[in-house]
Amino acid sequence: MQLVLEKRAERSNTIALVSPLIAIGLTIVTMTILFAILGKNPFLALQAYFVAPLIDSYSLQEIAVKATPLVMIAIGLSLCYLANAWNIGAEGQFLIGAVAGSWIAVKTQGTDAGPWVLPAMLVLAAAAGALYALIPAICKVKFGASEILTSLMLVYVADLLLDYLVRGPWRDPNGFNFPTTAEFDPVATVPLLIEGGRLHLGSIIALLVVAAAAILLGRTIKGFEIRVVGAAPRAARFGGFNANQLIILTFAVSGALAGLAGIIEVAGPVGHLQPGISPGYGFTAIIVAFLGRLNPIGILIAGLFLALTFIGGEQAQIAMKIPLDVTKVFQGILLFYVLACDSLILYRFKLVFPSRQVARGAG
Amino acid sequence: MELVEAIILSVLAASTPLLIAATGELVTERSGVLNLGVEGMMIVGAACGFGGAWLTGSIFVGALFGIVAGTLMSLMFALMALGLAVNQVATGLALTILGVGLSGLIGAGFVGERITPAAHLNIPGLTDIPLVGRVLFGEDAFIYFSIALIIGVWWFLYRTRAGLILRACGDNHISAHALGYPVLHIRTLAVMFGGACAGLAGAYLPLAYTPFFIPGMTAGRGWIALALVVFASWRPGRLVVGAYLFGAVTILQLHAQGWGVGIPSQFMSALPYLATVIVLVLLSRARTGGSTAPAALGTVFVPDR
Repeated sequence: MQLVLEKRAERSNTIALVSPLIAIGLTIVTMTILFAILGKNPFLALQAYFVAPLIDSYSLQEIAVKATPLVMIAIGLSLCYLANAWNIGAEGQFLIGAVAGSWIAVKTQGTDAGPWVLPAMLVLAAAAGALYALIPAICKVKFGASEILTSLMLVYVADLLLDYLVRGPWRDPNGFNFPTTAEFDPVATVPLLIEGGRLHLGSIIALLVVAAAAILLGRTIKGFEIRVVGAAPRAARFGGFNANQLIILTFAVSGALAGLAGIIEVAGPVGHLQPGISPGYGFTAIIVAFLGRLNPIGILIAGLFLALTFIGGEQAQIAMKIPLDVTKVFQGILLFYVLACDSLILYRFKLVFPSRQVARGAG
Repeated sequence: MELVEAIILSVLAASTPLLIAATGELVTERSGVLNLGVEGMMIVGAACGFGGAWLTGSIFVGALFGIVAGTLMSLMFALMALGLAVNQVATGLALTILGVGLSGLIGAGFVGERITPAAHLNIPGLTDIPLVGRVLFGEDAFIYFSIALIIGVWWFLYRTRAGLILRACGDNHISAHALGYPVLHIRTLAVMFGGACAGLAGAYLPLAYTPFFIPGMTAGRGWIALALVVFASWRPGRLVVGAYLFGAVTILQLHAQGWGVGIPSQFMSALPYLATVIVLVLLSRARTGGSTAPAALGTVFVPDR
């Protein structure tokens, strides 16, 4: 008796809808076991992770704040993945955006520069992120170099560049030698939505990005091209769609969004440039993109859910001394289950009882 | 002369984890499977390897722990990518994300602990020969093993029937299946071999390179190993050259920092990563005539019965 995969005649829409939910359910079961192994009360741990952050307004705002970069980056990545272009260096594009935008903030510090500063920072960050993402895209299109490896390598380079700047030329002279720039001036800061709260303008920008992506993919020819090139490359070639051009375009857009997310994070919740501004947003956004089924609305929900795991993880650490790495394990396991469940959209399991002859053929 | 010897020794030490991990991935990719989770398998191998050695006091047990950890990680990959026919790129990324988290969790208990690193060979008389003595006869066991490993892999791939079948699976899984070879079983074994090598390569870092464990200590070496396989055009001989070349770049930047060359240390640290990008571009460009990659690399295979 053997369990084998069998291709479905057509994709199952029911499973497509429930697969993220099954994946989350399986992840929670696995986490329960992991908490038990770690010697923590699984019930209390799950409550700290998933319930506690939802019942006070500060945490709710914090979830929106954490979801902002995740959603913005994941929207960009979903365009790449739909077009079958593998940008996995969003973390680097995020950091480069943060650096480029911070350059204006640092240079105008203490001057009487007007309200043009923040918009200029946002534009420059998006441009820098796009340019940084174009490096692997062009290497791929012109020379055939694997965009997976080059985009990933550039993450380390961006990280080192940021490290150099905040330890060297941009270091705050009054910062007691800490590797950070001075706090940004008010004109270089993303405004808060609620006075004294945490929610900032970036969350609105993220929502606009979701809406724009939904229109692009659902209502425009470009969006159609992106989906066809990824799903049916041969058909796309016959249709005269230029796959290389779409790689360049999707990389540039995703780089711009990651860069924008980077400067919003720095000029918003963080307030200055320093190493460690990202707890791996660029990588977590990959999970967000897949959990959201590469669909803008799905990504919005998935982004909020993964933001919840970040906040929940922090609360579980404070309340129950559960290590922060558990959050990363959680996210990794979640991606595994999401991918596994997605497989059932295209395939179904079948029990076969191989006859002697078939058994020999299958080894 | 002392300095030259010291540099050669440190290049060999820096290259070895790259060589071991890339050798494993080369076999995996030759069977047609692209496992991007090398970094994740390495970092878990590093945490488990150090844990094993720290608990038992034996480097050998530590290495075994690393190998087992890497193999178990790769089995998760095999289950997903081969068993469930999931996209291999996405699965590999998931493996790396999971591995980074797991290693932090496993390693939390012994951050800051130290062990006695792997002993170096010492043959009186031979090891004392100036210049070449320590390079040839004074290394740790991992370095000798890595060289035996790549020779063994070369022999297996090009001189045995099993190696030929493995390559056939990588070049055309439909034909291999039609000839009656169990493609998915062969690929699972190749993925496990890659996992075992990645685990060992990861374990090398805390067992021999630096005698302690720090989270994230693989620092992208798994990704560089993946690039090395491309660099080597999927051939074992070129892999050796590539690994030592990259080891040399790593050491060069360390020494340059020591010499106080007026370049910020971060720029020197970025060198191995930039070198990887440049090499990938130059090589891919030189190969425009036709790819040397296994033809079925990274494609999903679901046998029809």
